[in-house]
Amino acid sequence: MQGKTKKVFLANLGADNPVFVQILGICSTLAVTNVVRNTLVMCLGLIFTTALSSWTVSVLRRWIPSRTRMMVEVMIIAGYVIVVDIILRAFHPDISRQLGPYVGLIITNCIVMGRAEAFALSNRPWLSLVDGAAAGVGYSYVLLLIAVVRELMGSGTVWGVRVLGAWWTNWSILVMAPGAFFVLALFIWFIRAKVMKQPEPAKGAGP
Amino acid sequence: MSELLYFLAVLLSAVFTSNILLTNYLGMCSFLAVSKEIKTSLGLGAAVVFVMAITCPLNWMVSAWVLEPLHLEYLRFIVFIVVIAAFVQVLEMIVERVSETLYANLGIFLPLITVNCAILGASLFMIIRKYTLAESFVYGTGSGLGWMLAILAMAGIRQEKLNQSKLPRGLEGPAIALVVAGIMALAFMGFSGMGGGN
Repeated sequence: MQGKTKKVFLANLGADNPVFVQILGICSTLAVTNVVRNTLVMCLGLIFTTALSSWTVSVLRRWIPSRTRMMVEVMIIAGYVIVVDIILRAFHPDISRQLGPYVGLIITNCIVMGRAEAFALSNRPWLSLVDGAAAGVGYSYVLLLIAVVRELMGSGTVWGVRVLGAWWTNWSILVMAPGAFFVLALFIWFIRAKVMKQPEPAKGAGP
Repeated sequence: MSELLYFLAVLLSAVFTSNILLTNYLGMCSFLAVSKEIKTSLGLGAAVVFVMAITCPLNWMVSAWVLEPLHLEYLRFIVFIVVIAAFVQVLEMIVERVSETLYANLGIFLPLITVNCAILGASLFMIIRKYTLAESFVYGTGSGLGWMLAILAMAGIRQEKLNQSKLPRGLEGPAIALVVAGIMALAFMGFSGMGGGN
């Protein structure tokens, strides 16, 4: 049991990473990574949602009719996202405003739905909770890396603290839309070319 | 007349200036997965335009006439996604009954649409920007058209150029698609300021 839990956890960080292997949840990967602080909030929200919705789906899996299961899963996920949204609006209204619709869009983040469909429907609750949380963590560290690069080079700061001196000219393109695409593309390219050894994903491994 | 011009401005800004895919990054998953051929992209694009044009005003009505009088705004996410899913389901059944060819061309894309974040995103943006009912229809249509434009352009590039080109290892597939999307986003930044700005 212990070994299996660990395996499930590690798979989501590396070989089955939702962002750079499965190319899921790209919308928010691109949208919220211009400032590190917002990214962290978004990541915590996603870990919370994925873990708990996977757990709930797994607990209910015997009673979910297979024809309407997508609908049931979406409702469960939406319930948890509402909780995240209310907490965020109560304690950090400024971040909530900056994130705008992207908190609500956790509902349609393919990672959450993907874990529910692919894992939680056929595994026990505890393992599904671990799997969901691991997928969230796998997503989070990629996002934080991208966010650090974008904020550092785009605004010269990390977490709002000035790191690069006055000599640094901001690459403002990096905090705008095109920069997000380029940074993520370079990141995926690097991982696929250098880190991943198996040639299998090279064949246009879409989601 | 000025009213008409205003709607045109909302439409143009939804298609170009604040293109839902290239500036708000919504609908990326299906954008990357389906943009391999022009024909399928056209089918999915058309389905997105249609669903968005209807669900935006539909969600507006639900939000303004049901949720706000009852002070249930916090249920917005769950209600919006249910409205979208239900609409897509009904649409799928109608299309299946009415026309076999249309179902064969469009029907297969409909289930993909429920989980397309651009649809839900458009409804949420419409609330944040406080559009009226008529504006939300125009905005929904414009966003759909913008998304379709982006996926068609992408499919054109992928089908004509990328599929024949030799790429360095690891750059094939999603990575190069993202680079192309980034260059397209750069080009679309040239539209900013058009349509009254945002």
